[in-house]
Amino acid sequence: MSAAASLPARGKTGFDAAAAARAWRPPPLIAAPWLRYAVYLGALAYAVLAFGTLEVNWARAAEGLERGLRFLSGFFPPDFTSKGDDILEGLMESLTMTVVSTVIGIALSIPVALGASRNLAPLPVYLVCRAIIAVSRTFQEIIIAIVFVAMVGFGPLAGMLTLSFATIGFMAKLLAEDIEDIEAAQAEAVRATGSSWFQLLAWGILPQVRPRLIGLSAYRLDINFRESAVLGLVGAGGIGDTLNTSFDRYEFDTAAAVLLIIIVIVLACEYSSSWIRRKVQ
Amino acid sequence: MRGDEAGDGALLRIKGLSKRYPTGDLALDGVDLAVPPGQVMALIGPSGAGKSTLIRCVNRLVEPTAGRVVLDGQEITGLGAGALRRARRRMGMIFQEYALVERLTVMENVLSGRLGYTGFWASWFRRFPRRDIEQAFRLLDRVGLAQMADKRADALSGGQRQRVGILRALMQEPALLLVDEPTASLDPKTSRQIMRLLVELCEEHGLAAIINIHDVALARQFARRIVGLRAGRIVFDGPAEALGAEALTAIYGEEDWSQTIRRADEDEMEEAAA
Repeated sequence: MSAAASLPARGKTGFDAAAAARAWRPPPLIAAPWLRYAVYLGALAYAVLAFGTLEVNWARAAEGLERGLRFLSGFFPPDFTSKGDDILEGLMESLTMTVVSTVIGIALSIPVALGASRNLAPLPVYLVCRAIIAVSRTFQEIIIAIVFVAMVGFGPLAGMLTLSFATIGFMAKLLAEDIEDIEAAQAEAVRATGSSWFQLLAWGILPQVRPRLIGLSAYRLDINFRESAVLGLVGAGGIGDTLNTSFDRYEFDTAAAVLLIIIVIVLACEYSSSWIRRKVQ
Repeated sequence: MRGDEAGDGALLRIKGLSKRYPTGDLALDGVDLAVPPGQVMALIGPSGAGKSTLIRCVNRLVEPTAGRVVLDGQEITGLGAGALRRARRRMGMIFQEYALVERLTVMENVLSGRLGYTGFWASWFRRFPRRDIEQAFRLLDRVGLAQMADKRADALSGGQRQRVGILRALMQEPALLLVDEPTASLDPKTSRQIMRLLVELCEEHGLAAIINIHDVALARQFARRIVGLRAGRIVFDGPAEALGAEALTAIYGEEDWSQTIRRADEDEMEEAAA
């Protein structure tokens, strides 16, 4: 209060701070007023028109609701035992698929990540590695799985290849971002000792990105299990296959058991991976 | 002990060194400099004068655009990748913000000075020769950090970290230290301790050093020879006592230097009394 009060109303330059304060507004997101109102009006008009074209058949929806309830009631009680062997087999297949594809995917993603880091790789290598990442990330796992099923046939091999391929794009992109964010001075200091290129990676760069590498690996393991449950729907093996089969045979109680098992494992993966990530940060 | 008087006995000889960055900035403009063995030299100059670029051109962390760098009779400029790595072992570098690998331990950071002498897998499994580990412990004990060997580097204070940074450079068994603003992030007392330690260690191991430093008083206090750099050219080269108001104006531009010079003299007297 004292500091503000002691300043004269008008400074030496004749600037009126009080008047300027009254006139001041935070600058708008879009500077040009005509453009700002055009965007607002356009958005509003679009929403109105979009709602206008929506056709809802309420009678059909009510009928579906009733059928849905019947369907859900088929889930109870879940049946773990009558198809127990199939469930166990699918589960083991999924878990194997998850672990193998995560390990292979991470092993392959590390060199790609190094190549996709602008501070390590020369431009041609960088572009090639970024292209690999882009291809891997462009297609959703299901699409890749369909391609691999067509190539190697039904079963967990196709699923394993799909998840490995998807892991490369995911890991390499995020790891490369972390490598590009390292403190350059630490790497420079290691280089200045006369270290070789691989020693620079092991001593100057790996210690800086290790927490992220471990965290991302745990996270990807978690994602790969969830994906492996979906991939069965297109014939790529695993617990998803079991789930799909039980729906096809109208064995909703078995399907419910499979869903519960998936939920439990996903939760367990989720919690352990977030615990690991907290530990290494 | 002027560099140009050292004649052919110079450890480091820089001839016509220029560096133009891709942005077009001319950081170094035909620098000639000779450093005899065992000489501790301070390189002063305003920010952007090219001090960092100069010492980075010596070990080619920055590629010079033109000119020659010769260390101990070996021309560094023009060496291939493998030969350059071997040559870098003879040049220890000490950094402004310590540049320790923060997530490695103190011992690992000190031992990283031996990377140029150690194979990849041996260094991956931290299997350094017993001799190196013994030397690391001796040096850690010399600077009072032997108990900290297994602490992570980021658990140390600024002064302690810079000591580790100095030891990493010493582990290379260098002939020359390239020191980039060693005290920039330290308080005045720690700055003086670090500078004193640097000078002492250089004497003990017979090392020459080029020390980039902002603080003129520190430079005058600890280095016998001072080189002033301005806009990529050497504008002063002489003993610390010869660095007067005129020389400072040549390096930094017009300013009232009387206090700076007096404070440095007082520091020297304190030093003598202590």
